[in-house]
Amino acid sequence: MEVTGAEIFVRALHDEGVEIIFGYPGGAVLHIYDALYTQDKIQHILTRHEQGATHAADGYARSTGKPGVVIVTSGPGATNAVTGIATAYMDSIPLVVFTGQVPTHLIGNDAFQEADNIGITRPCVKHNFLVKDVSDIAVTIKKAFYVATTGRPGPVVVDLPKDITAHKAEYSYPENISMRSYNPVHVGHAGQIKRAVKLMLGARRPMFYTGGGVILGNAAASLTELARALDYPVTNTLMGLGGYPATDRQFVGMLGMHGTYEANMAMHHCDVLIAIGARFDDRVTGNIEKFCPTAKIVHVDIDPASISKNVKVDIPIVGCVDNVLKAMLKLLGEGKRQPDSGAIKEWWQQIDEWRSKDCLKYDQGSELIKPQYVLDTLYKVTDGDAYVTSDVGQHQMWAAQYYRFDKPRRWINSGGLGTMGFGLPAAMGVQLAHRDATVACVTGEGSIQMCIQELSTCLQYALPIKIINLNNRCLGMVRQWQEFFYQGRYAMSYMDALPDFVKLAESYGHVGMQIDKPEDVESALKEAMQLKDRLVFMDFITDQTENVYPMIPAGGGQNEMILI
Amino acid sequence: MRHIISILMENEAGALSRVAGLFSARGYNIESLTVAPTEDPSLSRMTLVTRGTDEIIEQITKQLNKLIDVVKLMDMTEGPHIEREMMLVKVNTGDDRREELKRNSDIFRGRIIDVTDKTYTIELTGAGDKLDAFLETLDPEVIIEVVRSGVSGIARGDRALKL
Repeated sequence: MEVTGAEIFVRALHDEGVEIIFGYPGGAVLHIYDALYTQDKIQHILTRHEQGATHAADGYARSTGKPGVVIVTSGPGATNAVTGIATAYMDSIPLVVFTGQVPTHLIGNDAFQEADNIGITRPCVKHNFLVKDVSDIAVTIKKAFYVATTGRPGPVVVDLPKDITAHKAEYSYPENISMRSYNPVHVGHAGQIKRAVKLMLGARRPMFYTGGGVILGNAAASLTELARALDYPVTNTLMGLGGYPATDRQFVGMLGMHGTYEANMAMHHCDVLIAIGARFDDRVTGNIEKFCPTAKIVHVDIDPASISKNVKVDIPIVGCVDNVLKAMLKLLGEGKRQPDSGAIKEWWQQIDEWRSKDCLKYDQGSELIKPQYVLDTLYKVTDGDAYVTSDVGQHQMWAAQYYRFDKPRRWINSGGLGTMGFGLPAAMGVQLAHRDATVACVTGEGSIQMCIQELSTCLQYALPIKIINLNNRCLGMVRQWQEFFYQGRYAMSYMDALPDFVKLAESYGHVGMQIDKPEDVESALKEAMQLKDRLVFMDFITDQTENVYPMIPAGGGQNEMILI
Repeated sequence: MRHIISILMENEAGALSRVAGLFSARGYNIESLTVAPTEDPSLSRMTLVTRGTDEIIEQITKQLNKLIDVVKLMDMTEGPHIEREMMLVKVNTGDDRREELKRNSDIFRGRIIDVTDKTYTIELTGAGDKLDAFLETLDPEVIIEVVRSGVSGIARGDRALKL
């Protein structure tokens, strides 16, 4: 029996195992919304803006490992989604985004709500498809999910002209798909892995540097086993936090511009660097000329284009990180050779000496609320077991520094694109995937206002997110750079005319609190956590002059950190 | 160094814009670009001439391979290969240059494919530097119009870019 394209769309999503989609209706997708209306297998979450829909799907994907699915209308619906698509692209998050398009006979005609979605999204997607025939809908959806979730994951856009969602065809969903032009590598080269293990065992000052690839590749358990077997230190990138337990002795903290002193010093002095699922981003390397001057580098990554892009490496290994780590563990188990325990002991002594600087210390006796204290206390109150999303800026760095993530997929932030406005909608996606979990959104009064309208979505779907608003009445990271590098000329970094966040939260039907004394921080957080079925907006009035330390200034090497 | 990269890609709408977009987004330069269908109607073959250090060329080939529509590619310059480009040149013969232009065209194995009382149109095929050399023999004032096809390339011997 022939069914409409819209019906094919819904059935294909169901056959793909999709349970939840995030979106916003409009003219070009009305046939699809009509088909969604008459079924109850797939839940549709109505956000208040298409950017919110993409970030929510992104938060869902990051916290579950499953692809996030979005549907938006043509023209402005699609262009509003672009920031969310680009955010997912930079962090390699699997999304499938369906954009409505004007009917095929009007494409290129400057029709109402027409935009060139394929052209606009091309530079920020892994791939995109324009479907021109109803009989191609099912196979294109299959391809879209396949491309988004395999290899180095990423967002895929499928553009659906309105007329083809009304045309009819037989429905059949392919079980498997293969594409001659797309064959991601799974297993690393055995000879290269052998060479890498030999180099690693000969190290005197080894260092594991691991990134988001460990989280995306579900390799945290293998990484932990390997690092423990060798007793080598581990640092994580901002995207890699939770890939190795942060409370473990071998964890030396995050690295990079606002990483710990010990992590950056160990990077600078190591003789063998084992990079796993990390991409040598400029915020990690500092001045590339001064990066790891004495190290031989092993780099494991699923994307060949990430290897030797910024830093020339000695042993490249292309493959799924989990497979490669397991192969390394197997070789270690089979061989007799052990790491040089004397050298490793000395290396740990050196690292512990760097650690003793206690680079994350902050003023505990202040009469103003220190943002670091709020995050320290959040960690304590939630037993380190919350999902934490963040926006972008100082609060993001403090969250990364002070909330110690022991598990993967708990730390959800926009690392690559650095998208303000990400935190709240991402938290919605996380909470929808984990109904009973504690989900905290760490934000600031600047970022939260970029997607504040999603508070309405949170009410509609009863999402009890805990918003930790570190309100310093200024764009903190911008202000910090202006203080350091622009002689205190604070151009446009102050937020005048802030709303009363307590009343704002209340008007959206939530609980609002304002906390302005350090002694109230812990009790407020505890009270909020006890309101298990309510969204609580906690407006913490924090010390405006606080800066993020330590810091590698622009052009500096990893051994040139500014400590407090 | 100058590299000629040949690419087999899915013959689909937008495939060319993915390659062009990649080069502009990442700041690589394109000296010439040609694209046409192959004997297999589902495949297009693109030939791209670019310049860069070894590191940049490595990144270019990796990034091209990463495009979902790219099926296979080959850096022609890595082995012996034949490079060809076609050029059409319309020249102003005046009254006194007809003999000389004919002679030069013959020397470069060009063919005169259109004639008027004041112009010749010369067709010339060869590697890029041969076409450059021919243009250098002409007084700039003589040249009315130059059309170049962009470079095509094929490997010598058994080496081939095919599925």
